[in-house]
Amino acid sequence: MFNDEQHYLLKLYRDRVARRSGLMLLLILALALAAPIYTPQNPYDLAQLNLLDAKLPPLHHSPDGAIYWLGTDDQGRDMLSALCYGLRTSLGVGLITTLLSLSLGLLAGLVAAYSGNYIDSMLMRLVDLQLAFPAILIALILLALVGQGIDKVIIALVIVQWAYYARTVRSAALTEMRKDYITAAICAGYSPMRIVLIHILPNIIPTLLVVASAQIAQAIALEATLSFLGLGLPITAPSLGLLIANGYTYMLSGTYWISLFPGVVLLITIFIINITGDRISALLNPRLQ
Amino acid sequence: MLRSPILIRISHSIITLFAMSIAVFLGVYALGNPVDLLINPQANQIERAQMITQLGLDQSLWVQYQRFLSAALHGNWGISFDSNTSAWSLIVERLPATVELALCAMCIAIIIGLPLGLIAGLHPSRWYSRLIMNGSILGFSLPTFWVGLMLIMMFSVWLGWLPSSGRGATTNTLGIPLSITTIDGLMHLILPAINLALFKLSLLVRLTKSSTTLAMLEDYVRYARAKGLTEHTIIIKHVLPNIAPPIITIIGLELGGLIAFAIVTESVFSWPGMGKLLIESINMLDRPVIVAYLMMIVSLFIAINLIVDTVLIMINPRLRKQALSLQSSLA
Repeated sequence: MFNDEQHYLLKLYRDRVARRSGLMLLLILALALAAPIYTPQNPYDLAQLNLLDAKLPPLHHSPDGAIYWLGTDDQGRDMLSALCYGLRTSLGVGLITTLLSLSLGLLAGLVAAYSGNYIDSMLMRLVDLQLAFPAILIALILLALVGQGIDKVIIALVIVQWAYYARTVRSAALTEMRKDYITAAICAGYSPMRIVLIHILPNIIPTLLVVASAQIAQAIALEATLSFLGLGLPITAPSLGLLIANGYTYMLSGTYWISLFPGVVLLITIFIINITGDRISALLNPRLQ
Repeated sequence: MLRSPILIRISHSIITLFAMSIAVFLGVYALGNPVDLLINPQANQIERAQMITQLGLDQSLWVQYQRFLSAALHGNWGISFDSNTSAWSLIVERLPATVELALCAMCIAIIIGLPLGLIAGLHPSRWYSRLIMNGSILGFSLPTFWVGLMLIMMFSVWLGWLPSSGRGATTNTLGIPLSITTIDGLMHLILPAINLALFKLSLLVRLTKSSTTLAMLEDYVRYARAKGLTEHTIIIKHVLPNIAPPIITIIGLELGGLIAFAIVTESVFSWPGMGKLLIESINMLDRPVIVAYLMMIVSLFIAINLIVDTVLIMINPRLRKQALSLQSSLA
């Protein structure tokens, strides 16, 4: 279907769905980053909140004339502002987690593939054991043991996710190592470091991209779930999950908007990441072509 | 030495269980401070000193592990700080509710997911197949807890059709309290079961679709067509048996995932299962219950893996031979 010579980034750019969803992803990222610039209120600055405005429905006017487009929560916090800040926290946690677990998994996978001895089998046993249990369970238990906080959530998510990268990197690296050009490089007397970094690494990046696109959505969803269960981020800097949990208490009395809107934003974000990931894996996964 | 591949799997399971017991032991006794973890924070100094001797925390790590293992084998996981009863019995009491919920969710996922995946796999380019596949991505993306909230809002708050929390009336069936046997219990079960099923349903759709698409390209399908078999017969007699093993594996393994994911659904719907107990225990720092839950879920997972492996070996002759040749190569 595709020309083998074609670079994978070009391949992604040529695909309509991948291009569009990628652009939307950038837009969401920009909206999240720029939240302090355009939001009417800093939702974490208690001085800006007015308790008299608590639990106003969407499109309601505040006494001083401003409109609460998406209503307010139980503290009188403007939901639109809280949402944009929450999106920033959620995406931030997801990105940092992905970067850290990708680096850790990349290192472990390359070491395992290149060493190939007892280090390899030990690392892979650990990966097998960990992947046998659902991510949510491991993260939950870790947080129950070490306590809460944004750093601890990220540590728990990294511990949960490194194994996926390690396994993928190892198998992709092993496939590359069987190819002739690596044998040639070894015969030419290049150092193992040079072979791994210059020859193997660039060739496994597409595979890594496929895993990362699925894992980043998982990281965001997992963080939201942990926060919803009350084990994630502190209430002072809520992520989308915590905003939803916050509205849960009031939902049975019909105050739907506190939970509804953060959930919709979370859903759209994860959906677009998944669509992009689906296209990336359809285009770059050699087994599917 | 070991003749049957199933016996090999059983010995692997026992080794894994042993390894996990060491991991849990180290997690509680070596990483954390066991005095903080196992002794009620509200105890005074004299009670603490008594508990330390009683729990053997002044002994060496090796002696402690022996004690931990023997107590664990006797089903003694300590006393819950909160309710002053045995932590293990608390967990076992909640087990039926969780298993009932997980099994119902799995049934929903299979009954809806398999046919949809099959349809999408047989006609991959039709509009309804694309709808199904995009729908499955949506199902992946929907955070379980938020879907639960939306279900409650729609069916309990706005429409008032279904109850939002609890298990409803239960009857004792063979000594196990079940909700599914009463109308009231069934009404309570519907929303949480759908909520829990959604994620696995999407997974099953995608898995069935990709295996079906690949199977339809195989030679045996072409030969069956050449033989003049109807599409219907080809699918039922040739395609389904060939795509079954990976699907059965995933269904089996994901059952464990459902039991773990039930933590979220149970919290949203106040379903009185193990997962809700775990969250309550974490919030109240009731450590013995957390440890008991951990060991219960580890044992469940290992048991499920063992059963799936056994079933696969029994239905797939190739695997039987493979296991035997692997064994002889090791010997």
